[in-house]
Amino acid sequence: MPEQQLAQAPKTGAKVGKVENAQLRRFFKLTGVIIGTVILSIFVIGAVFAPVLSPFDPTEINQNDQLVPPSAKHPLGTDQLGRDVLSRLLYGARLSLVVGFVSVGIGGAAGTVLGLIAGFAGGYADLAISGLVDIMLAFPGLLLALVIIIFLGPGLLNVMIATGIGSTPRWARLVRSSVLSIKESEFVSAAKAMGASDTRIMFRHILVNIVAPVIVFSTLGVGGAILTAASLGYLGLGAQPPTPEWGLMLSESRNFISVCWWSATFPGLAIMLSVLAINMIGDGLRDTLDPRLRGRI
Amino acid sequence: MEVVRGMRQYIIRRLLLSVLVLLGVSLLVFLVLHFMPVDPVRELLMQHQTGTAPTTEGTISDEQIAELRKQMGLDQPLYIQFARFVWNALHGDFGQSWRNKRQVLTMIIANAPDTIELSLAGMAISVTLGVVLGTVAAVKQNTAFDTIAMILAVGGVCAPGFWLGLMLMMVFGLKLGWLPPIGSGTWRHLVLPAVTMGIGGAALVARLTRANMVEVLRQEYITTARSKGLSERIVVAKHALRNAMIPVVTVVGLSLGHMLGGSVIIENVFGRPGLGGLAVDAIWEKDYPVVQTTVLMMAISYVIANLLVDILYGTLDPRIRYN
Repeated sequence: MPEQQLAQAPKTGAKVGKVENAQLRRFFKLTGVIIGTVILSIFVIGAVFAPVLSPFDPTEINQNDQLVPPSAKHPLGTDQLGRDVLSRLLYGARLSLVVGFVSVGIGGAAGTVLGLIAGFAGGYADLAISGLVDIMLAFPGLLLALVIIIFLGPGLLNVMIATGIGSTPRWARLVRSSVLSIKESEFVSAAKAMGASDTRIMFRHILVNIVAPVIVFSTLGVGGAILTAASLGYLGLGAQPPTPEWGLMLSESRNFISVCWWSATFPGLAIMLSVLAINMIGDGLRDTLDPRLRGRI
Repeated sequence: MEVVRGMRQYIIRRLLLSVLVLLGVSLLVFLVLHFMPVDPVRELLMQHQTGTAPTTEGTISDEQIAELRKQMGLDQPLYIQFARFVWNALHGDFGQSWRNKRQVLTMIIANAPDTIELSLAGMAISVTLGVVLGTVAAVKQNTAFDTIAMILAVGGVCAPGFWLGLMLMMVFGLKLGWLPPIGSGTWRHLVLPAVTMGIGGAALVARLTRANMVEVLRQEYITTARSKGLSERIVVAKHALRNAMIPVVTVVGLSLGHMLGGSVIIENVFGRPGLGGLAVDAIWEKDYPVVQTTVLMMAISYVIANLLVDILYGTLDPRIRYN
């Protein structure tokens, strides 16, 4: 390599670093991101330190403290079985966040691989995968997750799998279109010319270049997964009693809302705020990393 | 002439594609239920004996199982079973419920009007509320109204439908007593479920309408309309809104799917009859012919809605080339 080029290399690296720093600064200056990060941090801290922060055992039934309104002893009141709502919400945050991230992990991994193969290989592979994606997308909203739950049976782990698989077609479609837009790039041709295998090109060259939409979609997907999992929990198809899962908490408290507003209000607020926080961060990431995605994701 | 031909070809192509997708949906639902870890014959026999829950497994002989398996055609190869399922479905025969022996189609027909009523009312609310909120927010861009409207819209997207439903039921049904909290039959029973369903959709429509309106209001033809001396109301309603509405049509069409999926939850919250409730009850009762048909019907409605939206999209925006 000529000396002149060698001398220029670190300069280019420093410039890239500056651009990334500028992006990061812009990201953390967005009001939505600040609010979202604060709310999400509260949930994460609550989830991680649930055993320390919870004033009571989340599953402990207390016959003498049934339907107690918010007070100093029970800041968010108690439910129909005398269980402390705050403690259940804190432990529930663990479940909801884990469900959100694991579901996105499952859907993201499966969808990314399918989208990569469909977009890169083309031909029959693309036809088969795109056909499957179209079929899966024909199931409205929650219904695909419901169909999968019918097969797997109720339970929290199955909810994560069902929610993950349910989101796979949207992932596959996003990744496929991103791959199609860059697979004719010169760096891909160069890798091919150097004899790189298809797998290497897909994962080492293409995947790293579509990381922006993948990160944005992952973040926004967590919120969606939390909502789907809570809906399945509400229908009794997710976590089973006495698990302190937010959707299940709402379901259990619905018969008591005329006398006990707090046991239905707070779990719903927790779901809404956590999804809101994650979506705010996701929107910020989208606007910072790739504003062209606005409207697509 | 060429445009009409192109559109006709596009519609035929989309119709054929929709038929393929529906065939795929049928196959997927068929396979999921076929490979369930539950033997439908054993399940059916046990329910016949007990009338309710499967508890008398020991009393069923292998001959009985083999006989019924033959009667139900389950001894045939899988592709023949699927072909027969599709053939029967095309003739309106979706089999019988394992629970009450009623024809599944009769059960679907009995429940569908409630879901259609709820979905249409929900959609009407989401479009009206969303378009009004989005338009006013765009016209009053960067004001307090704009900020509040968009905060409400973001909150509406993130709030779970079942929670929103419970909150509305608690306030307007139980505390204030303005509307019946549960049940069905009158328009008063429809208000709370339809509003619950509409709010989520309205939030999406409002965000999209605002974004499109902001874009359209910057166009030169809007300046021209204003310079002609037209009132701001006419400029917004006649010139801007019409053009901003085109992408919103897509969202409205797609939101039908969310409404159908959402009906599963909303019907459950408000104790309304409907396809969603029918499907969930059937899941719990392992009444698979009912599950299969309900899911299929919802998917068919969704595919048809998407097809109509695609066609309507081109009609609304002649710039879209179908070929």
